Amino acid sequence: MTDERFDAIVVGAGPSGNAAAYTMAKAGLNVLQLERGEYPGSKNVQGAILYANALERLMPDFRDDAPLERHVIEQRIWMMDDSSHTGMHYRSEMFNEDKPNRYTIIRAQFDRWFSRRVRDAGATLLCETTVTELLRDTKDRVIGVRTDRHGGALLADIVVLAEGVNGLIGQTSGLRQELKPKDVALAVKEMHFLPEEVIESRFGLRGAEGVVIEAMGTITKGMTGTGFLYTNRESISIGIGCLVDDFARTEQTPYGLLDAFKAHPSVAPLLAGSEVKEYAAHLIPEGGYNSVPKLFGDGWLVVGDAAHLVNAVHREGSNLAMTSGRLAGEIIVRLKRTREPCNEYNLVSYRKALDESFVMKDMKKYRKVPGLLHGNNQFLDLYPRLISQAAQTWLRVDGTDKISKEREIMRTVRSARGLRGLLGDVYKVARAWR
Amino acid sequence: MKKELPEHFKAYRHVWVFVEYEHGAIHPVSLELLGEGRKLADKLGVELAGVLLGADRDTMIEVAAEVWEHGADLVYMVADPILEHYRNEPFTQAVTDVVNTYKPEILLLGATVLGRDLAGSVATTLLTGLTADCTELAIDDERSLAATRPTFGGSLLCTIHTLNYRPQMATVRPRVLPMPPRQPGRTGRLIERALDMREDDVVTKVLRFLPDRDSAKSQLAYADIVVAGGLGLRSPENLQLVRALADVLGGDWGGSRPLVQKGWMPADRQIGQTGKTIRPKLYVAAGISGAIQHRVGVEGADLIIAINTDPNAPIFDFAHLGIVADAIEMLPALTEAFRRRLSVNRLAG
Amino acid sequence: MHIVVCIKQVPDSAQIRVHPVTNTIMRQGVPTIVNPYDLFALESALELRDKLGAEVTVLTMGPPMAEDTLRKALGFGADRAVLLTDRAFAGSDTLATSFALAQAIRRIGEEWGVPEIVFTGKQTIDGDTAQVGPGIARRLGLNQVTYVSAITEVDPAAGTIALQRRAEGGVQELTTRLPALITMLEGSSEVRRGSLPDALRAARAQIVVWNAAQSGITDMAKTGLRGSPTVVKRVFAPPARAEKAELIDTTAKSHADLAEALIVRLYDRRPALETDLLRMAAGY
Repeated sequence: MTDERFDAIVVGAGPSGNAAAYTMAKAGLNVLQLERGEYPGSKNVQGAILYANALERLMPDFRDDAPLERHVIEQRIWMMDDSSHTGMHYRSEMFNEDKPNRYTIIRAQFDRWFSRRVRDAGATLLCETTVTELLRDTKDRVIGVRTDRHGGALLADIVVLAEGVNGLIGQTSGLRQELKPKDVALAVKEMHFLPEEVIESRFGLRGAEGVVIEAMGTITKGMTGTGFLYTNRESISIGIGCLVDDFARTEQTPYGLLDAFKAHPSVAPLLAGSEVKEYAAHLIPEGGYNSVPKLFGDGWLVVGDAAHLVNAVHREGSNLAMTSGRLAGEIIVRLKRTREPCNEYNLVSYRKALDESFVMKDMKKYRKVPGLLHGNNQFLDLYPRLISQAAQTWLRVDGTDKISKEREIMRTVRSARGLRGLLGDVYKVARAWR
Repeated sequence: MKKELPEHFKAYRHVWVFVEYEHGAIHPVSLELLGEGRKLADKLGVELAGVLLGADRDTMIEVAAEVWEHGADLVYMVADPILEHYRNEPFTQAVTDVVNTYKPEILLLGATVLGRDLAGSVATTLLTGLTADCTELAIDDERSLAATRPTFGGSLLCTIHTLNYRPQMATVRPRVLPMPPRQPGRTGRLIERALDMREDDVVTKVLRFLPDRDSAKSQLAYADIVVAGGLGLRSPENLQLVRALADVLGGDWGGSRPLVQKGWMPADRQIGQTGKTIRPKLYVAAGISGAIQHRVGVEGADLIIAINTDPNAPIFDFAHLGIVADAIEMLPALTEAFRRRLSVNRLAG
Repeated sequence: MHIVVCIKQVPDSAQIRVHPVTNTIMRQGVPTIVNPYDLFALESALELRDKLGAEVTVLTMGPPMAEDTLRKALGFGADRAVLLTDRAFAGSDTLATSFALAQAIRRIGEEWGVPEIVFTGKQTIDGDTAQVGPGIARRLGLNQVTYVSAITEVDPAAGTIALQRRAEGGVQELTTRLPALITMLEGSSEVRRGSLPDALRAARAQIVVWNAAQSGITDMAKTGLRGSPTVVKRVFAPPARAEKAELIDTTAKSHADLAEALIVRLYDRRPALETDLLRMAAGY
């Protein structure tokens, strides 16, 4: 039983793994991709939004045959309390462009399609194969992997760890620590079936236009998290998630939150008449910049969720994943071309590429946000209620003069939070934002 | 959909039922089919016939009496030693020969192990349409057989026709149709047909038949009281709670399909469309969601009790009595409650 | 020796749902799986291969994405995979399907040797009809044995095979001659896990893809909708019963109380049942 040798082994067939494998296979490298699920996408869960730009840089023509649900023309950001939401909506005809910028997708189908393209580019994919350990040589360099299939090991010049948030290999080989409960969110989602025409009329859409709703507020019962609702062709994806340590602290359950979210008077009418088709739960790395582990070493590097590359503030993850996968692939291709080894010294350029891209720049920008929200749940609890109260006061026409109304709003806010509290919050947000 | 029946098929008339006769007895499903066949024949205004194959002519003539007594007007009989044990080749040959000679418009078979082996061969030989595992048969306004069966793993029903071919063939599982009453003394006509085949021509030989030791297993379909468990039991050990209640009630036990798939239970205890169809007086479904493939297997029960923690479970749509509770708690509670009630009276009696 | 195994890619029926409004099947995102019964057939074929050194070819008729199913089969250790795919096959009932598969098997025989055994699974979880196997046997003149629980012996030189078949009320011990079509029951042995070399070979294998013409089908009238005597006239969800279940009130009741309440209602609605149970308990 001889061990097989490849130029690169990619562990995982999610967005980051596929981006890396595709980039390398297209450049002619002999790439092996290992996926533990039954098929690519079987273990992946996402809202899901596809950020076209990140994929365009890999496959400019992906729109030809990728399974895309709706292109997003309207974004709603909702600040919710128990009986209301205050929203900011942006809808624009400009999003109805030739090459739309964001789409809603269904991960199971999308990942399968993406994987097919990766295979067409020449990569070899094994599914239902779990990597059990990294192989190292006497100098502790990573030289390959062993899997749960018997019959040999697999060797490569570089192992790309795209194992996602649950990836054990990184942890068991000591490349990174276990995720801390404060750095990871548990999110649950459901897919609700609704006929196309109903979605279109309910959301005011024509054709394949789509709407995205991101929601925060008392829906997370004081915990740090957000909810979302996306329109697919004939279904709606709805979900909510909070930090794991928040769940441990309170006694809320993710599905309890989701049920309450679905029953909220602003949300329930959007789901009326739908049939739940699918439940899923997933972990999302939310520790931000300060929780990013070591990203590379002798013979290995990490991409995507396994590298904690998620911008929680903007709910972006898959584009960071794809971009990191692509950058990793490009670095490896370059090293191979110039016949240089994939060692720690040379792989520094992967980190550099990430730093120079929006990936690390955005992560760095928001690195204080996790800290901000932790222990400052006024942002997700008190403020939404205050905003709702203010809107109520402002919009009700009840014979009170407008100046009195303004005074009342200011009074309520001041007494709820205090002047120092308010100023303090403004300061915190300003610091965290930049 | 072409609606024109080719000319040569227009002469095909009458409803036939293949009578499965093995080990000295008619399989009950054949009698159930005779009951249904009678209704179809009456609607069409034609005759009902049974097709009977076996080894010994004298025995078979007595068996034919039972076929007439369950509603057939006529029996086509093929008696030949070759037909002693079921084998695909001689049985297919015999049936297709009789069909080609006497031309029925409808041919029904039981969806038993034998029936399924035979029906596919016969249909392919005759190049006609076969609809398997029907839950309902009817004649539509154009005198065509409407065969309804579950589809897509049992999530939906579909109605299928064989429009331009004859005979229209369908199989039905045991216990789906009610048993017709027996009419003692009713007789009919007998037409005999020889089998043009020699034993040497038949390549498959039966060396031995080993009967099942545990023949109680096959009684589940005929039990009057059945208790069944589903995934709500959460672990295979909890099946003993199901069995305990079944014992106290003097009934039989079973489970839904997922339990077989998980290896908690042998397949012959599966209740549902692809398992056993049952028509008990009392059926208790514990921790079963009630998906359609299960529903069609138990709908004929006289009274259905459902226990499930999910108030929206489809089982409550067709059960008669329900409790929204945990089956793991309710089963022992019911067992105990019944035990008390029934033993008090035993003492008194 | 050459063995052909017919497998089918089916939707994971546990996940099919009916559209709440239009009453049609919602296949969107439903994962497909290899028909579980076919895996037992494949395992039996692989066991024979291990014992007798046969070659195993897997055949499936389906849409282009059925390739995934074939790759899985290769990953378990099959030697070769053939996908029979053609839009003209859409709408095939079991007669039209057995016609197309039988022809493909003939063609496989021409290319790689006439198979001595053709295996299929007992039935599919989406069609449940168990008709295609017998249909293939008839068309190819194979000796047919269905519901086989065990293969006791195969003698390729003598051209005989001894099997055990699950019949009503017992087990038949049979012999028949090759070539034979065998439909396998679910068995005690799970299909094996492919080794790494097998998995790699499967991932790289070229799956042979034939359309109708390439498989040697000339009479297209026997395929697809045209070749299907059965026609689906209606698909529907079963009508909801007018009356849903009468629910026993569970507020503030112990399980023992609930049990009592249930029995009271039960006896109320079915007094005859009470009599039956009492009689049974008293030993009558």
